[in-house]
Amino acid sequence: MKILVCIKQVPDMESRFRPDSSGVWFSESDLAFRMNEYDEYAVEQAVRLKEQLGGEPELTVLSIGPDRVVEAMKKALAMGCDRGVHVQDASAQHKDPFQIASIIAAYARDQQFDVIFTGLQSQDRGSAQVGVAIAEILGFSCATTVVKFEYADGAVTVRRELEGGVKGIVQLKTPALVTCQLGLNVPRYPTLPNIMKAKKKEILAVPVADLLHQEPLAVTASFYAPAKKGTGIVLEGDVADQAERLIGILKEKTAVLR
Amino acid sequence: MKALLVGEYRDGKLLDSSYELFGFAEKLGAETSMLLVGREGELPAYGGTLYLADAGKYGEYNPDLHKKLVLAAVDREKPDYVVFLHSSYGWDLAPRVAASLKVAQLSEVISVVEGGFELPCCSQKMRRTVKPATSVAVLTLQGGAFQGLKPGGTPQLQKLETEGGGGVTFLGYEAAEAKGVDLAKAEVIVSAGRGIGKMENIPVIAALAKALGGEMGASRPVVDSGWIEHGHQVGTTGQTVSPKLYVACGISGAIQHLAGMKKSGFIVAINKDKDAPIGEVADVLVVADVMQFVPALTARLAK
Repeated sequence: MKILVCIKQVPDMESRFRPDSSGVWFSESDLAFRMNEYDEYAVEQAVRLKEQLGGEPELTVLSIGPDRVVEAMKKALAMGCDRGVHVQDASAQHKDPFQIASIIAAYARDQQFDVIFTGLQSQDRGSAQVGVAIAEILGFSCATTVVKFEYADGAVTVRRELEGGVKGIVQLKTPALVTCQLGLNVPRYPTLPNIMKAKKKEILAVPVADLLHQEPLAVTASFYAPAKKGTGIVLEGDVADQAERLIGILKEKTAVLR
Repeated sequence: MKALLVGEYRDGKLLDSSYELFGFAEKLGAETSMLLVGREGELPAYGGTLYLADAGKYGEYNPDLHKKLVLAAVDREKPDYVVFLHSSYGWDLAPRVAASLKVAQLSEVISVVEGGFELPCCSQKMRRTVKPATSVAVLTLQGGAFQGLKPGGTPQLQKLETEGGGGVTFLGYEAAEAKGVDLAKAEVIVSAGRGIGKMENIPVIAALAKALGGEMGASRPVVDSGWIEHGHQVGTTGQTVSPKLYVACGISGAIQHLAGMKKSGFIVAINKDKDAPIGEVADVLVVADVMQFVPALTARLAK
């Protein structure tokens, strides 16, 4: 069996975002990058599938972007992936989701993967399109928003998370692609020995030009902070003072404090 | 300008959120038609062309067949926009349609703006204006971003059929876990978010809930991490609540959480990130480390 997991490196979401000189995406200065949270669940599930099958499957982790994305790939390798594919692209942030999917599909097409894992969406772009589009291009069966994953006898059975806490139970023929929702599993922390081992694992570098044959389908015109709707009161300063002021407001505005 | 709207059914019922599609079409100023994989006895009050496929035959979730049905309607209707909700149904089906047509998809549209559509990004903290570069575009709409609109009338039905299989088999629904706590009845809810840092801090939040005479809620990451049972989860996949007072402790304000609590009477948010999206719905935003502020507040309430 061959397994692929696709990951993205994204900024810490507690950062302050400002437009870059292009005006259509954020400036990277002062940002700390990490593995997209949804993708951590995807990597964990891929590693668990490999372990379930006695370690036999070959597990590849793929990421697109500049050299910094290698850091996120190293984490995936330390979690248990066997090898990495780094699609080198200094301007990945300006590609639309269908271009990203086309790049991954172009790489995966001749590789005979049985199962592909992606996150449900990225935390920065949030399109929730790339995984499904890869499956569509490759002709894989696909389910999104997966919160439980089982593999037995060549078939994948998943629980999809629907609104209101209801789940949909879906069976997929392989080759299959699933997009992973938060809470699917508990992603492991890489151990020090595994971090050391990961340093020796191969990361294949592929220039994006070798894989990209798709024009953009959508154009971003601008990137900006939302107009402040917040009509609320902002309390800053000393904690004791904040608590005092909040209690005053609650007494005045709600019937909860008497 | 023409928009083909794709509504949703769950357990044989048309989902109310489907009416948000009409609200969007009105904002866009588009002529509408609709596609439903549903039931003839459960149709919307809508006087336009309604492409109907039988959910009894094609299932409520069968993405390969639903994709073919949407493509058949697109072929007949020649719309400029194919519009879904950004829901577990819509975000699953829309990219299949967009990829098949090789056209742009814009996800989670929140408004129609000059020069395109406004989409959220960076976990709802920022916005982008995006314009399709293709003559047809697929859109998904953020839940609640557009007012529901019931157009009225009796649909002109056009039955759709398709065939074929696909690799996806729907085996059934699994009901939501029983609610441990009925938060809907609580007058005060104090919710814990990821900002509390670790499971050991849950009692600190519980103490504030007690001091205010309320129940304890939680955001998704706290439940996913196993710090508290799912019965406490507030949001799209948990409970929808509207207490007199809602206190969000260390919750950034993912759209799914906001959808579950924004109708609360009075909202207090405690967050060290002044730009966190929770600030958009908060009546009071306390900019502080939640683990410093909450004990101070609880102590003062006890006086």
